[in-house]
Amino acid sequence: MADVTFTVDGKKLTAPAGTLLIEACRKVGIEIPAFCYYPGLSLQAACRMCVVRQEKVPKLQTACTTAVAEGQVFITDSPEITQARKATIELLLGNHPLDCPVCDAGGECELQDMTFKYGAGESLYVEAKQHREEQQWSPAVFFDRPRCILCYRCIRMCGEGMDVWALGVHNRGVSSIITPNGGDHLDCEQCGMCIDVCPVGALTSGSYRYKTRPWEMNHVSTVCTHCADGCKVTLGVRQSNDGSEIVRADNRDKSGINGDFLCAKGRFGFDFVENPERLTKPLVRNTAGKLEPATWEHALRFAAGKLREIRDNKGGSSIGVIGSNQTTNEENYLLQKFARTVLVTNNIDHERSADYTAFARAIAGHEAKSASLRETATAPAILLIGGNPTEEHPLLAWNLRTNVRLNHARLYIANAKTIKLERQAKAVQGLPPNGYKDLTALLDRNDTDFSKAVLAEESLLIVFGQEYRGEQIEALVAWGLKRGNVRFAFLSDYSNSRGAADMGLLPDLLPGYVPVTTPGAFATEYPGLPTTPGKTQPEFFTAAAKGELGALLVVGANPVAKLGVDPVALKNTFVVVQDLFLTETAALADVVFPAASLYEKTGTVTNTFGDVQLAKKAADRAGVKPDFEILVRLAGSMGVDVKTLVPFGAGNVTADLGQSRGAQSGEADRHAVWLAANGLEPKLSPFDPLAVLDEIERLVPAYKLDRLNLFGGNDAPVEPGLVSGFVPVSVLTGTQDDLVVPAHDGLFTSGTLGRYSPALKELARHQAPALAEAAAD
Amino acid sequence: MSLETMTIFSPQLAARLDALVAKYPVKRSALIPMLLYAQDEIGYLSDTVIAEVAERIGISELDVRNVATYYSMLRFKPAGKYNVQVCTNISCMLRGAYDVYERFQEELGVGHKGVTPDGFFSLEEVECIGACCWAPAIQVNYDFHDELTPGHVPGILAQYRSKADNEGKVPHA
Amino acid sequence: MPRLVSHPDEVKIVTRRFGQGAANIDKYIELGGYESAKKCLAQGPEWIISEMKASNLRGRGGAGFPTGLKWSFVPKQSAKPKYVLVNGDESEPGTCKDHLIFLHDPHAIIEGTMIAGLAIGAKIGFIYLRGEYRYLIEIMEKAVADAYAKGILGKNIFGSDTEFQIITQSGAGAYEVGEESALMESLEGKRGVPRIKPPFPAVVGLYGGPTVINNAETIATVPHVIEMGGAAYAAVGSERNGGTRLFGLSGHVERPGVYELPMGYNLKKMIYEVGGGVRGGRKLKAVVPGGSSTPVLLPEEIENLGMDFDQVGKAGSMLGSGGVVVIDDRTCIVEFALRTISFYQHESCGWCIPCREGTDWLKKSLTRFHAGFGVEKDIDNIQYLAENMMGRTFCPLGDAAAMPTLGFVKKFRKEFEDHLNGKPCPFAKHVELAVV
Ligand SMILES: Cc1cc2nc3c(=O)[nH]c(=O)nc-3n(C[C@H](O)[C@H](O)[C@H](O)COP(=O)(O)O)c2cc1C
Ligand code: SF4
Ligand code: FES
Repeated sequence: MADVTFTVDGKKLTAPAGTLLIEACRKVGIEIPAFCYYPGLSLQAACRMCVVRQEKVPKLQTACTTAVAEGQVFITDSPEITQARKATIELLLGNHPLDCPVCDAGGECELQDMTFKYGAGESLYVEAKQHREEQQWSPAVFFDRPRCILCYRCIRMCGEGMDVWALGVHNRGVSSIITPNGGDHLDCEQCGMCIDVCPVGALTSGSYRYKTRPWEMNHVSTVCTHCADGCKVTLGVRQSNDGSEIVRADNRDKSGINGDFLCAKGRFGFDFVENPERLTKPLVRNTAGKLEPATWEHALRFAAGKLREIRDNKGGSSIGVIGSNQTTNEENYLLQKFARTVLVTNNIDHERSADYTAFARAIAGHEAKSASLRETATAPAILLIGGNPTEEHPLLAWNLRTNVRLNHARLYIANAKTIKLERQAKAVQGLPPNGYKDLTALLDRNDTDFSKAVLAEESLLIVFGQEYRGEQIEALVAWGLKRGNVRFAFLSDYSNSRGAADMGLLPDLLPGYVPVTTPGAFATEYPGLPTTPGKTQPEFFTAAAKGELGALLVVGANPVAKLGVDPVALKNTFVVVQDLFLTETAALADVVFPAASLYEKTGTVTNTFGDVQLAKKAADRAGVKPDFEILVRLAGSMGVDVKTLVPFGAGNVTADLGQSRGAQSGEADRHAVWLAANGLEPKLSPFDPLAVLDEIERLVPAYKLDRLNLFGGNDAPVEPGLVSGFVPVSVLTGTQDDLVVPAHDGLFTSGTLGRYSPALKELARHQAPALAEAAAD
Repeated sequence: MSLETMTIFSPQLAARLDALVAKYPVKRSALIPMLLYAQDEIGYLSDTVIAEVAERIGISELDVRNVATYYSMLRFKPAGKYNVQVCTNISCMLRGAYDVYERFQEELGVGHKGVTPDGFFSLEEVECIGACCWAPAIQVNYDFHDELTPGHVPGILAQYRSKADNEGKVPHA
Repeated sequence: MPRLVSHPDEVKIVTRRFGQGAANIDKYIELGGYESAKKCLAQGPEWIISEMKASNLRGRGGAGFPTGLKWSFVPKQSAKPKYVLVNGDESEPGTCKDHLIFLHDPHAIIEGTMIAGLAIGAKIGFIYLRGEYRYLIEIMEKAVADAYAKGILGKNIFGSDTEFQIITQSGAGAYEVGEESALMESLEGKRGVPRIKPPFPAVVGLYGGPTVINNAETIATVPHVIEMGGAAYAAVGSERNGGTRLFGLSGHVERPGVYELPMGYNLKKMIYEVGGGVRGGRKLKAVVPGGSSTPVLLPEEIENLGMDFDQVGKAGSMLGSGGVVVIDDRTCIVEFALRTISFYQHESCGWCIPCREGTDWLKKSLTRFHAGFGVEKDIDNIQYLAENMMGRTFCPLGDAAAMPTLGFVKKFRKEFEDHLNGKPCPFAKHVELAVV
């Protein structure tokens, strides 16, 4: 739309015609108070806080519904407007319980803030207040009617934003009451978005309520550890006896890749960190065959000694390493480097939930063909093939819905099953007889409404699910590349599934999908790497069963449960496990190291779209260590010069140590200056994962990151097209399709981790009591 | 689904509701009259009524309740067979509506929204019913009675008692 | 059965067929019915609208917007179907005129709706009646069925190739649904909450199509305007206020009833001559001139007051729905104010804060005040609240609640003061008002 010029409080402003006045004002810092207005949701104009005076218009106008036009003149601040706002707050507070001292929202309540800013200091109200008892609608959501100001944000968020429509309003007038679809309970996706948008303390979170006051927490923005979308999540952290405790997860910092959104897992599923079953001491199997607590020194020395012995006696090829989908890129990179340079083996793998290898191969050499998650919220046309974003990629589903709702994007869905997003789709296509692999042929025939509509699109964002493997991916990508204006995104399960593959937790590929047979930057820097592809994860266990696997190192994975491994198979294998819990795999180990969760460490993770984000350490748990540190110490205990693993120290220091800022140097910088002056190691330690990030950027193709953005808390996309020179599929060891086992975690499950979250288990039970019971058996 | 076989309504009402959903350019427009007619037959909007109406229109039960609870003629608990609605709004008030209302309370022994123990009558004080020039006025179910004095009250009640006798119907509880 | 009244000063245009069995279609036709519609069919939209403009007919629903002008706002071309909507929600306390039209002359409504449809190019008209008017809905439905049977409604009205359909609809108890956009919501099967304006109904109305909405009396007047000719109709009334109006006289008046009088008719005369004066020869204390939402007038303010939109407006009140409520000197104004605000509290849809909370607060304060527990400050507070609702609400219901309250407090402050200091109410015996 063309820009128009109008005047607000004497200032000339310009904005596209039709922009809402409230938005235009906010952009330039003119604050217009509002309760009911919520960007992106339908307009309400009900709270009347946003009133402004428009020249030549008899009544005050609501800025939330006024679209700006050329030459208009507004006043947003005058005695008349001040009085109107004050009166509205007075009226609102009439029936309000004023129970701020015990209200969860106290300190971060929009009504409190507005009363403070615009309201009256004294109350004229002397009548009885409307009272209603508090209600629990679900394990996640509580409702306190007296505090409700009836802004309808929750109803709109649930309906328009989530497409769930689980909230309504009953009765009318002052008796109006927000009501859940179950009458006295909520039957929904339990996303908690209603709690998030509630400007007051009417909707409160089952997991947070009455735990603390907002100002008693530190708020740390990090990345959710659950699904492969990688939402930014703000953790509210408070000091506790054994470290610091996460009391809340929300999305108060709406700057992230997820904008307004957070799902049930992100919001409530952080509580596994506090699970009493959490391991906090290393365990070593004693002579009686029982795991018993040990000191870190003892456990490290024991594990390191055995690993060295097995490597030296039986060779690196008798050791297997299994990495994680939920550890950081730095940890994954370090793990494969440890395997390849210390254990001297390519026997490294992880639980593959999507065939990223094939994707990387297909897209190799084609730049700017991979889409970031943000694009799903803006692309004009999206073809979604396979997958079920509503259940498995809640943020992607949110983006697609929002894009359709606000930008009238066209969504095309081809799926073997019926999925909920079809409600937003412009056209839907079932599968051709031979499945996904015939889909492009079907499109090319151009003889159905679906194919015609898709082919008529000028540009296309193709999002495809884990149903796609190997050659199918290559065919799909080739089809898209031929069409031209097409970009791709590929879906998988876990928070760093993509990072695990990108960092080379693969027996045949080095970081950045560089084949072990054709060395690149990594192999050049670390000469002497094994050049034959190693064993795959299932092959480890076959080898173990045959007595050919001397040792197995498992970091943050539970292959025994996932692959249904017979414990007997590992009888003669020395097993070291790093994990949060005594999983089925850890229970069979000889040494178990208690690991920190993603919420207790710093590092980067890559979501399934290739967006890299910085996870920041939020909480602390006495006794545990990040996998990064465990690996470094394990290597150190094996007699390795850790500088070869983690290039820390003076030689690699690039920071200016604060000197250039002179007097403006902060505490930390001055400390660094002092360290440097005394000849001590400044800034970087062997446990600093960022030292490895430097190396990743240097040696891994595609990981040329925009650090300014990354460290500013934003997402920095990688560019898989930078990978080049891929060998043809046939050269590689057979087809690897069967190695990909999607987890298909839903709204309340999250692999092994989810089992340790009481909140998620309770939500699952609330939503589907019968199902949850069956699953528990 | 074959609503004919599953309906909780009488065949006549079911047919009427079928006609209603077909009457408007948009199905949902039938919602409010459907609720009224269903209430007329069943006595109130029970959970099953809500469920069937939701099904017939193709919207959620929550949606039906959002709407139904908005309108004051719709109720969610049984009323008496004859629901006496006394207008006490200004025009009626000025001409003695409260005296009439009090007389009904005395005769029936119940107050606002009360139901007599035999389930025969219920009493309600209502807002203006559009009979201001013939005040004070009441409605018994949908019948208007106007220009009343407290003296008319026993006669009106007797009229409905005998009406029910003639119809030979048991008042529903 | 509502009693029909009459008075020599009446000019019977709209009520001309009342009491003559015109609900029967043959009788209606015999009395000249449906001739106007035929004429309009022949003359076409522009002619209809110019006649309507010439008639100075102003909306009888309350706001008095010129009907011809309203119709002319509907865009000629529209991608979506256009609709005519008849507002028979009649719920403003003091108002029962549409009641009589539906009862005695339902075909006039059908004919008026058709004419409006012809004027704007709509093929469907809806007639929405409040749910309490069940027996009138049945009369209306029968009339519509008869009109279909005679080929007056349907695909080919009067044998032409023009189509017009009418659908009747029932409300279920909600005053707010009388507000035009809330009525559209209700007709779409939703809660009766008003819509954001703009867009106005003439552009985006029912089901998103351009819609003309008029009060039932306005619509019933249309065939008569056509019959008489716009200019002739206008001449009956006062300046810029064409024709007659159905005034409902109620309250403490000797002969209450609905009278059809020319616009501009003197209010005092209406009460004392047409209505036979204050009941029992008592003294007049106050008059609510146009339904419960219009500010009260004192006896001295009605001396020379002509009842049309402009004159009553100038006198600081509104002609509204034409419901004249007469209040004698034995009435407690505080109780009257309380009963008025109780109504609005009960009927507020709850959408916006000033109305939802303001009506509730006012009702509570006035209840306490009238029960003898008021304090001096309350009077100012009541006024403060009402002033701060005025012009701040989402729809005019908030104003409708605030305006009369302000009138009572300002004009009868003395009577409020008399209630103070623990004195029981000096008038009323109903100290406790039941909560509806
Ligand atoms: C709260 C409220 C209630 C209303 N109730 C009615 C009503 O019952 N009947 C009516 O005709 N108009 C009513 N109106 C006026 C309508 O909104 C609308 O102006 C009218 O139907 C237009 O018709 P007219 O131009 O013929 O007057 C009401 C307005 C408001 C704000
Ligand atoms: S003024 Fe506000 S609350 Fe009152 S009826 Fe209108 S929209 Fe509803
Ligand atoms: S923000 Fe405009 S009315 Fe609420």
